[in-house]
Amino acid sequence: MMTNDMAVADAGQQATGRRIGGVILDLQKISLSFGGVKALTDISFDVREHEIRAIIGPNGAGKSSMLNVINGVYHPQQGDIVFHGETRHEMDPHKAAKQGIARTFQNIALFKGMSVLDNIMTGRNLKMKTNLLQHALFWGAAQREEIEHRKKVEEVIDFLEIQSIRKTPVGRLPYGLQKRVELGRALAAEPSMLLLDEPMAGMNVEEKQDMSRFILDVNDQFGTTIVLIEHDMGVVMDISDRVVVLDYGKKIGDGTPEEVMANPDVIAAYLGTSH
Amino acid sequence: MADSRAQAAPGTELDTFPRLLMNHARVRPARPAMREKEYGIWQTYSWAQVAENVRAIACGLAELGFKRGDRLAVIGDNRPRLYWSVAACQCLGGIPVMLYQDAVAQEMAYVLQDAEIRFAVVEDQEQVDKMLEIRDEVPFLEHVIYDDERGMRHYTQTFIKGLDEVQEMGRIHDRNQSDFLDGEIAKGAGDDISVMLYTSGTTGKPKGVCQTHTAFISAARGGTEFDRLTDREDILSYLPMAWVGDHLFSFAQAMVAGFTINCPESGETVMTDLREIGPTYYFAPPRVFENLLTQVMIRMEDASWIKRTIFHKYLEVARRCGADILDGKPVSAGDRLQYWLGGLLVYGPLKNVLGMSRIRVAYTAGAAIGPDLFKFYRSIGVNLKQLYGQTETCAYVCLQPDGQIKLDSVGVPAPYVEVKLADNGEILVKGPMLLKAYYKRPDATAESLNAEGYFMTGDAGFFDEDGHLLIIDRAKDVGKLNDESMFAPNFIENKIKFFQFIKEAVVFGNQRDFVTAFINIDLEAVGNWAERKGMAYSGYTDLAGQDAVYELIRDCIEKVNADLASDARMSGSQIKRFLILHKELDADDGELTRTRKVRRNFIADRYAVLVDALYGGKPSCYIETQVKYEDGREGKISADLRIEDVKTFAPQAAKQAA
Repeated sequence: MMTNDMAVADAGQQATGRRIGGVILDLQKISLSFGGVKALTDISFDVREHEIRAIIGPNGAGKSSMLNVINGVYHPQQGDIVFHGETRHEMDPHKAAKQGIARTFQNIALFKGMSVLDNIMTGRNLKMKTNLLQHALFWGAAQREEIEHRKKVEEVIDFLEIQSIRKTPVGRLPYGLQKRVELGRALAAEPSMLLLDEPMAGMNVEEKQDMSRFILDVNDQFGTTIVLIEHDMGVVMDISDRVVVLDYGKKIGDGTPEEVMANPDVIAAYLGTSH
Repeated sequence: MADSRAQAAPGTELDTFPRLLMNHARVRPARPAMREKEYGIWQTYSWAQVAENVRAIACGLAELGFKRGDRLAVIGDNRPRLYWSVAACQCLGGIPVMLYQDAVAQEMAYVLQDAEIRFAVVEDQEQVDKMLEIRDEVPFLEHVIYDDERGMRHYTQTFIKGLDEVQEMGRIHDRNQSDFLDGEIAKGAGDDISVMLYTSGTTGKPKGVCQTHTAFISAARGGTEFDRLTDREDILSYLPMAWVGDHLFSFAQAMVAGFTINCPESGETVMTDLREIGPTYYFAPPRVFENLLTQVMIRMEDASWIKRTIFHKYLEVARRCGADILDGKPVSAGDRLQYWLGGLLVYGPLKNVLGMSRIRVAYTAGAAIGPDLFKFYRSIGVNLKQLYGQTETCAYVCLQPDGQIKLDSVGVPAPYVEVKLADNGEILVKGPMLLKAYYKRPDATAESLNAEGYFMTGDAGFFDEDGHLLIIDRAKDVGKLNDESMFAPNFIENKIKFFQFIKEAVVFGNQRDFVTAFINIDLEAVGNWAERKGMAYSGYTDLAGQDAVYELIRDCIEKVNADLASDARMSGSQIKRFLILHKELDADDGELTRTRKVRRNFIADRYAVLVDALYGGKPSCYIETQVKYEDGREGKISADLRIEDVKTFAPQAAKQAA
């Protein structure tokens, strides 16, 4: 124990704590159309436990629609969604949240007039057992519960390093921080799967780096499975384990970042091709 | 202190910090020793708990092989467990060495090498990474112990350990050999070195200043007696642990007087934490007071006109009589009534916002404070005082006594301290708080102490008729203009920096015909001003180059000139030309020290082109500068800087203009 063991130390940092598990979400031949517009056509892919799964594609490729399908906002006309081995029927966002799926939005959807703390507290909504009357009296069980939830929220605040804006109304914060608060609200629900819709849109390089670090930390520390949509290819290739590529509602590529980068269809979709 | 001394067992003088700590654990076990905000709630540690934790860390370190005389590096923000590590190291007869936590790895390497560090206690992953980065250069380093576990799960190197684990080892060790640590504490003597503080290195490489237990304990004891501090004080510990002031106020004085130190949640939350704690005893360098005032003023400018009118009316009242009321001087009943009203309407709420409602004693030091700034705080009833000292004297030479506050002096020699002036005006100091030596630098030690054992401070000053010490400048910086009139750059810079729009100033003039200045605007203050005027700007460089900003700054400098003209000794030092720098001076680029003092010679060399342009009469000058970002990458900033002339005043005309 007292020897100088600096020399043998190097390998340590490589070791990784998270293990990618089996498939927890399987999307089979999903087709979604709005009237005559086909948003998604015959798309199949899966998400494994603890992985970071990216969905990329040009504007209008159907990325957000895909996320909304997973989240239960949209109901595909065709195809099956198998979540934790069970085929889902009649999904809605509320049920999805109860099953441990939390999300953030492309356009921030926070309560602008409420403080950071209160906004993140709303993420605990589903976990609250006491009713409105009890909360109005704020006595006994309601009080105990509030303290319990507040503790959890404080852990999220600490995790995201936003202590200094705890009591600041969200509307007064810069965009990058609002995005972080939104992530905080999703985390407060202690999700097993986190859907992030363009978490880095509109951020500068430094904010992107911070956000990437938080996403990796969430995945690493809590083992949360993450499905994210992102435009910044550098970020996507850096942080995701597997990438699925959509174009005009069709899947054109699926695999590790390296595989996807080498895929000629993907290159064509992004860079254009001569016909 | 008298009571606790009486209760000590015969033969065990409270002459070392470990003994003081163990004594507090006996005498006031349940009193709060430390608080830390964690997960949004203030957690309190009593003296008994602190002592228990320190024991555990000490025994854990011993178990890892820490020996008497070993140095322990402590790196991080003000966290209770880091203060405990300092105390634990002292229990074992070791020497804690605190490092500035925001220094880049390479800067740390020098100190770790120089002090031959074997053990380092660091705050978090960021600091651990720095240790890993430089570990090839610091061959002695054997153990890195971290406080915060976040992100540390995948570090499997065996020389990296959590402080929890070390404490657990220590607790087992302590159970098995319960008399071990008491034996170690008993071996300590007042004359042992208690801490090594590295000087910030305004000149040359940093030097380790070795201070004994006796030195810091006498400095702390003198200070607590001077200001009648009790064990009921609350202090916010937010300044770098590596800085002598923090070690005196947050460690030595807390250990001597037994009061409570409070650690903020993070660097960004200091303002909120200050308000929540409401310290009774407070220390801040002038720039903190300046920032606070700037923020208040900016916010007041955005307030409704009713609030603004009331605010300014009562500030005027405070300016007239506030300081006199604080000093207990005679003030008319009418003014007292107005001041009382002002207290209800303005000063009270303002002090509350600033977290200064409970302050009994506040000190500032480290740089000269602008007289108006100083007056402002005193006038609203904050007992702000100045002190004078340096790392080599435990930050303890002169203190301002209550009720005898002079704006331009640093007060009278503190208890046990003897101060005299050399023939060239240099201030010489003697007393129990003097350094024992510079670490491994007998040459520097010999240079800094004269034949009679006085420490040569390097500052120039003089005593006024009441025996108060006035500091003019660094003795070596005081120069002469070509017309033989005195040039005291710091003195002038401080006058310039008082303006809220100006963040830093660097003046030149030694052996020149006239004085010139580099200016750094305060981005927040000028940015706000520009916003109200509807000016567009893209960032610091753009804003700094705008005509209106130049005009604004020129007005400020003209006021400084008028002020200088009114003083016969300084009228020759009026600023003739100035420019606004295209980037903010930064410690990462070596332009400021870690304590944010400007390194004038370094800047003069780095921007030699600009200095030449100032004296060459050119209207503008192109400059390209390398900058270092916080993550270590480098970049370039370039700009075409304008140089402007400023009106100067004849000595007699000054009174009118001012």
